[in-house]
Amino acid sequence: MHGRPRKPSKPEDEAASAAKAQKLRALQSQFLHNHQNNIYTKESVELSAKLLEINPESYTAWNYRKLAVEHHLSLTHFDSNPESFNSIFQQELTVAENAMRQNFKSYGAWYHRKWVLIKGHSSINHELRLLDKFQKADSRNFHAWNYRRFVAPLMNRSDEDELKYTEDMICNNFSNYSAWHNRSVLLSDLLKKKADGFLLKEKVLPEFEFVHQALFTDPDDQSGWFYHLWLLDQTVKVDSPLLVSSWPSHGYDLMLLGDSYPSSAFTSFHSDSGTFPLVLYFNQAVEGVNLSTVSVDCELNTIKDLIWKPLSANNSRTAQVWVTQLNFIDVEPNTYPVEVSIGHSQGIISSSGFHYNHSRFAFRVCVQPVEKVPAKRLGGDVMLWSDEKFHIYDAHSQESSPVISLDQLSIQNNHETTASEWRAKAIAKEIDHFRELLSLINCKIGKLTLARLLMAHDNKICPSNKTHFKEVLGLYSDLMKLDPSHVQYYKDKQSLVLLQQVTSSKESLLKHCFHYRNLTSSHIINPVCLRLNNLSLSRVGSFDKLLWVQMLDLSHNELQSIEGLEAMQLLSCLNLSNNALCSFTALEPLRSLKSLQVLNISHNEIGAHSIDTTRYLCSSPLSHSAGSEWNPGEIINADTDVKSYWEAYYILKDLNLTQLDIVGNTISDEKFKSFLIMVLHALKWLDGERLH
Amino acid sequence: MGELAADKHVKYIISVEKKKDSFESVVMEHLRMNGAYWGLTTLDLLGKLDAIDKEEVISWVMQCQHESGGFSSNIGHDPHILYTLSAVQVLALFDKLDVLNIDKVSNYICGLQNEDGSFSGDMWGEVDTRFSYIAVCCLSILHRLEKIDVDKAVNYIASCKNLDGGFGCTPGGESHAGQIFCCVGALAITGALHHVDKDLLGWWLCERQVKSGGLNGRPEKLPDVCYSWWVLSSLIMIDRVHWISKEKLVKFILDCQDLENGGISDRPDDAVDVFHTYFGIAGLSLLEYPELKAVDPAYALPVDVVNRIFFGK
Repeated sequence: MHGRPRKPSKPEDEAASAAKAQKLRALQSQFLHNHQNNIYTKESVELSAKLLEINPESYTAWNYRKLAVEHHLSLTHFDSNPESFNSIFQQELTVAENAMRQNFKSYGAWYHRKWVLIKGHSSINHELRLLDKFQKADSRNFHAWNYRRFVAPLMNRSDEDELKYTEDMICNNFSNYSAWHNRSVLLSDLLKKKADGFLLKEKVLPEFEFVHQALFTDPDDQSGWFYHLWLLDQTVKVDSPLLVSSWPSHGYDLMLLGDSYPSSAFTSFHSDSGTFPLVLYFNQAVEGVNLSTVSVDCELNTIKDLIWKPLSANNSRTAQVWVTQLNFIDVEPNTYPVEVSIGHSQGIISSSGFHYNHSRFAFRVCVQPVEKVPAKRLGGDVMLWSDEKFHIYDAHSQESSPVISLDQLSIQNNHETTASEWRAKAIAKEIDHFRELLSLINCKIGKLTLARLLMAHDNKICPSNKTHFKEVLGLYSDLMKLDPSHVQYYKDKQSLVLLQQVTSSKESLLKHCFHYRNLTSSHIINPVCLRLNNLSLSRVGSFDKLLWVQMLDLSHNELQSIEGLEAMQLLSCLNLSNNALCSFTALEPLRSLKSLQVLNISHNEIGAHSIDTTRYLCSSPLSHSAGSEWNPGEIINADTDVKSYWEAYYILKDLNLTQLDIVGNTISDEKFKSFLIMVLHALKWLDGERLH
Repeated sequence: MGELAADKHVKYIISVEKKKDSFESVVMEHLRMNGAYWGLTTLDLLGKLDAIDKEEVISWVMQCQHESGGFSSNIGHDPHILYTLSAVQVLALFDKLDVLNIDKVSNYICGLQNEDGSFSGDMWGEVDTRFSYIAVCCLSILHRLEKIDVDKAVNYIASCKNLDGGFGCTPGGESHAGQIFCCVGALAITGALHHVDKDLLGWWLCERQVKSGGLNGRPEKLPDVCYSWWVLSSLIMIDRVHWISKEKLVKFILDCQDLENGGISDRPDDAVDVFHTYFGIAGLSLLEYPELKAVDPAYALPVDVVNRIFFGK
């Protein structure tokens, strides 16, 4: 019952209701009798109309009428009696129209009308008149708008005509989300077809003016919000996918080390197996990264038949990040140049169907002689995340810096930046407009849009110019106060901006780079640890700038999610302690991190919540994800309840963790710990205690 | 703010079933199977499913099955995919899926898939992404998802995605929270949530929360308790539910209770019905309201029922 007031029922009301009910019930049972016995006499068909007038939702009655129509049509020859054909159809249109008057949201009535039209009966002019009436009575009726989209092509009305119709509707009352929506559908179709006069540049700019009228008249009315965001996206977005970064990046000298080599260089990578990942990071999800679209040239013949994997959960064949393993096993110590050529044959395609333009990059791999000293590796000793173990990285005293690679990361297509001068102008103009709006009125959409515009300006349009991080961070802080219901939305956005700021320059990034020193094992590899702890982050991002990181400290933040972390393929040590992670399924990104050995997820909220918000973002039988068939047979024993730990089982079973900290989570009791020991075969340390 | 009047709601649900003579209940006969699902799931979430005569319900449900394999809303009415899902869900609640001829039901659903991957609701050919969700959800519960062309089904849903990140009934249709639930739910069950722009859709969905704390289904519309389900479950499936104020929404739902006679309405002080009672209770369950069983955001069944289906008893 929508919108009907609650009132205590009076005896006389109940009596009236019972009488009405009795009448309807009689009608209904007579109708069902006719339907079951295929009776299509005039009286019985009329009876169904009566029923539908009282209850347009009675779907079986609509079905019955369709059967009756087919029955009568089968008895009539169109050629001999076109009139009677018409009258049969006309009758149906009338019944449908009456029902729509009774309930203009009746799916059955609208579909019945559509069915008649599909049958070939067209009273098209009447359809448009009818629609006008319904769309005037309720300009947001989505049944009417859907029907309009069905009828318009039947009448050969052009997209331009329909676009004009949305304009009229909006001018009549800008607070009409349905009209703005239909406008976005029509316009994007026309832009896609590149119809005459519908090139992006010439079309998007006047649309900005148009939607300003709505936004600036009543900034709290949401009707224009999403349309404006779409226009902004159209202005900023470049169609073809781009490679934004890679590991190793262009010009990189990678030191590939065997078992026990001492090193503390950013550029070195320790690999027992002699393999390392090659990571491609695109600006949007793409499909078709494979042997024929990407070639990796090196004099070694071990680099053949590479298998490219998309880094995404579930059954996706598209991903923003792709990875393959390069094999340098048993290779003569030497320096080997590697050249990667991407998109030399077409096939890497974005989800909107645009092809990747060809690009290439090169790096060198320096293979060190391997000394077969008995390994005393990471994992042999417990890794402690306490502050005194970390020393700030001193860029001057060290040989090379990772941040060199930061500058090498962007593989920009220069022709794009010059071609998009109009984009930069459009964004600059929008920034002015919204600053002006905010000078007149303090409104949420003004601040939010300005924040988005400034980030678009910094990231996409003028990446090298002066940045606006500070202003944007301030805008999000204002928004948290202005609109407390959505505080976490702004907090998430602010976290992403903060990380962009941290990773935007060598100076700011180096402030977070530390050395891990374990005095008892000084000869062991000490990669640089990126410490992003205690930053109040609720979300992480900027992974394209962090592909080189092997040790990451994200502890003491407010993370509920680590979405995107799967891109950090080199991670071997990860600290996520003291965050707000609610379940094992939230750790899905870790499943792709094959190098991960040390994991700290202590002091989170795992097991404390009845609703799991990442249940469907994790590959499992619930989502029919490939490779996640439920087959825990190998570890079932009488004492363990694998079923109740299925999330942990899926996330952890393929990881080679040597050290895990889980204390301080609701789930972590003795029973769970013994389950962990059973699943994690390589585990040596659990909650700081050595396992035997 | 009041508390949840759980006992009153249980009484209300049970009384609706008995009040067959009112005009409302006759007018609702065409969706009695949905009503059974709403009412029984509510009882289960409240821990009171055993107040119902299970055998009686199952026997009635099975009488609604047709030769085609599909179920109708009530005895004597026509089969439709809408009621087929409700029937299967009711049997799942009672752990009685074994009374079904699984092949027969799943063949009915498979037969409704169209060449473009979409689904018709019944033999008369109305197409809607609601039916895509129903088909996918129902077949998954029956462990027969492989019987349809899942890729095509997913691509059709993706073709209904709008520029605001939401989804409509058919390509070009306006985004609507109910439709978004169907599309996101179907994509969740088929492991295809990568088709969703989570941040864009998440912003659209979280902006459905209005000042009173309630959620609306489209921009500039009134809040309604039923969107506590459609919006909330969608936000949960894409892990963006923290973007709304849960406290305010809990308060709005509780304010819509009829504290005297039980039941929940669309807005405070409106007339209650089973539909809104279910969506209110399920919404509270998604908000982790104490002493309610957890509900699964994609299958719209209690989590223990879903886990029983996929991970065994």
